[in-house]
Amino acid sequence: MKTNKKKLVVIGNGMAGARTVEEILARGGADQFQITMFGEEPTGNYNRILLSNVLNGSYSEEDIFLNPLVWYEENNIRLLSGKRASGLLRRAKLAYGEDGVPEPYDKLIIATGSRAFVPPIEGVTMIDGSLKPGVFVFRTLEDCRNIAAWAKGKKTAAVIGGGLLGLEAARGLQNFGLDVHVVHNSGHLMQQQLDAGAGAILRSSMEALGLHVHLKKSTTTVIGPEHVLGLRFADGGTLECDMVIISAGIKANWEIAAGCGLQVERGIIVDDQMRCPDDPDIYAVGECAQHRGHMYGLVAPLWEQAKVLADHITGKNPSAEYTGSKVATKLKVMGVDVASMGLVEPQTPEDEVVQFSEPKRGTYKKLIIRDGRLVGGILLGDISKAAYLIQAFDRNTPLPEERLHLLFDIGDPPKQVTFAEMAANTQICNCNGVSKGAIAACVNAGKRSPKAVMDATRAGMGCGSCKAMVTELVEWACGGETEEDPSVHYYVPGVPLTKPELIRAIQQHNLKSVSAVFDVLAGGKEDAASKPGLASLLKTLWKGEYEDEKDARFINERVHANIQKDGTFSVVPQIPGGITSPEQLRRIAFVAEKYHVPLVKLTGGQRIDLLGIRKDDLPKVWHDLDMPSGYAYGKSYRTCKSCVGSDFCRFGLGDSIDLALKIENEFQGFDSPHKLKLATAGCPRNCSEAMVKDVGAVAVEGGKWEIYIGGAAGSSVRKGDVLCTVDSHEDVLKYMGRFIQYYRENAKYLERTHGFVGRLGIDRVRAVVVEDSEGIAERLDREIAESKAAYKDPWKDAWLPQNDRQFASLLPILQ
Amino acid sequence: MTQNLTEIKLGPASDIPPGEGRVYQIEGERIAVFRTRAQEVYAVQAECPHKRGPLADGLVGGETVICPLHGWKFDLKTGQALFGDCGLKTYPVSVDEAQNVVLRRES
Repeated sequence: MKTNKKKLVVIGNGMAGARTVEEILARGGADQFQITMFGEEPTGNYNRILLSNVLNGSYSEEDIFLNPLVWYEENNIRLLSGKRASGLLRRAKLAYGEDGVPEPYDKLIIATGSRAFVPPIEGVTMIDGSLKPGVFVFRTLEDCRNIAAWAKGKKTAAVIGGGLLGLEAARGLQNFGLDVHVVHNSGHLMQQQLDAGAGAILRSSMEALGLHVHLKKSTTTVIGPEHVLGLRFADGGTLECDMVIISAGIKANWEIAAGCGLQVERGIIVDDQMRCPDDPDIYAVGECAQHRGHMYGLVAPLWEQAKVLADHITGKNPSAEYTGSKVATKLKVMGVDVASMGLVEPQTPEDEVVQFSEPKRGTYKKLIIRDGRLVGGILLGDISKAAYLIQAFDRNTPLPEERLHLLFDIGDPPKQVTFAEMAANTQICNCNGVSKGAIAACVNAGKRSPKAVMDATRAGMGCGSCKAMVTELVEWACGGETEEDPSVHYYVPGVPLTKPELIRAIQQHNLKSVSAVFDVLAGGKEDAASKPGLASLLKTLWKGEYEDEKDARFINERVHANIQKDGTFSVVPQIPGGITSPEQLRRIAFVAEKYHVPLVKLTGGQRIDLLGIRKDDLPKVWHDLDMPSGYAYGKSYRTCKSCVGSDFCRFGLGDSIDLALKIENEFQGFDSPHKLKLATAGCPRNCSEAMVKDVGAVAVEGGKWEIYIGGAAGSSVRKGDVLCTVDSHEDVLKYMGRFIQYYRENAKYLERTHGFVGRLGIDRVRAVVVEDSEGIAERLDREIAESKAAYKDPWKDAWLPQNDRQFASLLPILQ
Repeated sequence: MTQNLTEIKLGPASDIPPGEGRVYQIEGERIAVFRTRAQEVYAVQAECPHKRGPLADGLVGGETVICPLHGWKFDLKTGQALFGDCGLKTYPVSVDEAQNVVLRRES
């Protein structure tokens, strides 16, 4: 078939080769390249990391296949399976198979990986160079099968090498009922990932599982003329055994590169685009490649290399650069959890070491910190902090001063299971019933950002308290590679501006209605979900000048009542401070009977709720009540509750009732990013729960008031921070007002004060609000006064006839 | 198929405030009719298939309505749910020369 496509030849069909091809295809590479792959093994590509699970029987061979043969067909890839590439002619641009058949290429990728390193031990091979019967390496599915076949009926096995792979092989052999010895020439196990302390604990754990561990033992001879009978060591000792597995490290397969004059050291030298510096048409990737002096044997760096290579070769991003990987790993060795990153020992006297060791329980933790950042870490046994630490290591983020929290979750509820261990049906979002499995499936279906997943599954869209967990879960499901949705920085998703940018644009263009904002700032494109946020902000900015458009408001704010599950509404009249009168109560009772109100209930905000009112009856109910709206439906100031205070209470230090009445009078009806619930307490006994309110005031001895902000006692629970202590009701109002206005201007829509104060930090808020660090205090005070002046009770004139369509639940039909 | 549809003159389009929806009841069938700010009209079943929320009380933007109870989103034109897979029944609807909303419905 004649084609204009360039010929891409990939030598190696292991994890690196196949992943790189996947990345190239993902960048539209199929349109540019005719792809041919040499694969020495006769199968498709499989997950070599899981080989030990095949050996120990927990996985079948099929379970670990990554790309079955049909994948190659579907993607028009010619797979030369079972065919080893034997040589390259760079000038002619030909790659040769063992059979001498040349494959022409325009671009070539070498992904030959590595092979087991067999140390020069006497008697390890037969005269023809093949391994002595009973001696095995452990790299391929075929090795796996041969080991399993030989192990049947045998009694004792030795594994040479106490690294990760050796221990996994040992575990696999134990499952065949063999007595297994690990022979390691260094002073402790897994010295690549662990220090001596952790190695010693791991050794105890391994021995408890029935493994024999021999350290500082160097094998000199494999005994047995025909097949393995035992090992002899440098110290003169011997070990009888029926089989030997050599797991003494790996060696890059660089021969094909060296054979055609490419630069090779321990691996094939590549530049930051994964190209061989001597030949711009040849790339190398994975375990066979040596980049800036480093070689990587883990998959994460390999994935990064594959992406850069694919970006570059397809021209998708010609300036893509691979600058090296920070190696961190989390794994299970014979059932023992291990996490390791970076250095295992400090390298300079200034390196700070934080360490915890509890050998009896098999727990060991060690961190190496340089300039306040994590440069190395080992976790053994308890790896609950691994995700956090690996992230801090990988991103080089500054660590908190409090080192203890780096090692332990103290005071926080324990994270019982990691996401990997969590069952798929575990419910993550308790409001909308979204499981871990549903979120993971959504990510697999292509939603790669937390917001996209939340929109699609509705996880986190109820009370919102699980949002952080959903975000973490999405990150986990994406393998840490989430896409950032830029709209998370916007004030509302439908207008691509942050809150300060949006405010500036609104003022600059003099936009006073929601439809005007869409017209001018969003290209005329309306977004339903963005409307209430815009309406709230416009009201805050323009106050009385705001042009109200009912359709921009959520139904609650459209009809000044709270919608219920059956479409009826609840009515909560204003009862500031929880103070009412017999006359008011009589009126409420009258209305409840007249309109057959199904439920009359005292609320948590010290008010009276009339529930189950038909939309059409709302104006009549308000008219008959003749009380102002209590705003129990709005993203707005709600109410201020109070305790009895100093009038009757024998503990009362301050007049909390009078203060609550003043607060209600000051802030009633204020729109805000989310609801504002306030309280005043006459003494620190805090009966009215002022310390866990959005804004609260607590009387303390000496005629003073402490002002609390950012408290919460709903889906999140947080004790508020003390903003300042003042000595008059007037000052309470002043600082509360400044904070409320600052929150109104700066919080994201639907961000409660606890999130806002938590995000900015109390110090920053105090600096602005109390110390006036930005010089805006006077303006904040003025804005509050203007908002107060613009207050209008929405229930007041609602019964007038011009509003009747607003509350009609059913329109009459003409014909 | 069209011959089975009967036209029903619902009422003046101006009865429905711009950007909002209202419910009409026709022989026991409740239908929510929306008039967008772009002067398009759409008609769908009145109740959300999730938990029977009153869709006419929802927020409308472009061709999308958001149910006021739990935030389910639907395309008003096609009735398709924007998440979940349970869509809405839609009705052909238009505004006639006299500015009345006219709905076509199987008789």
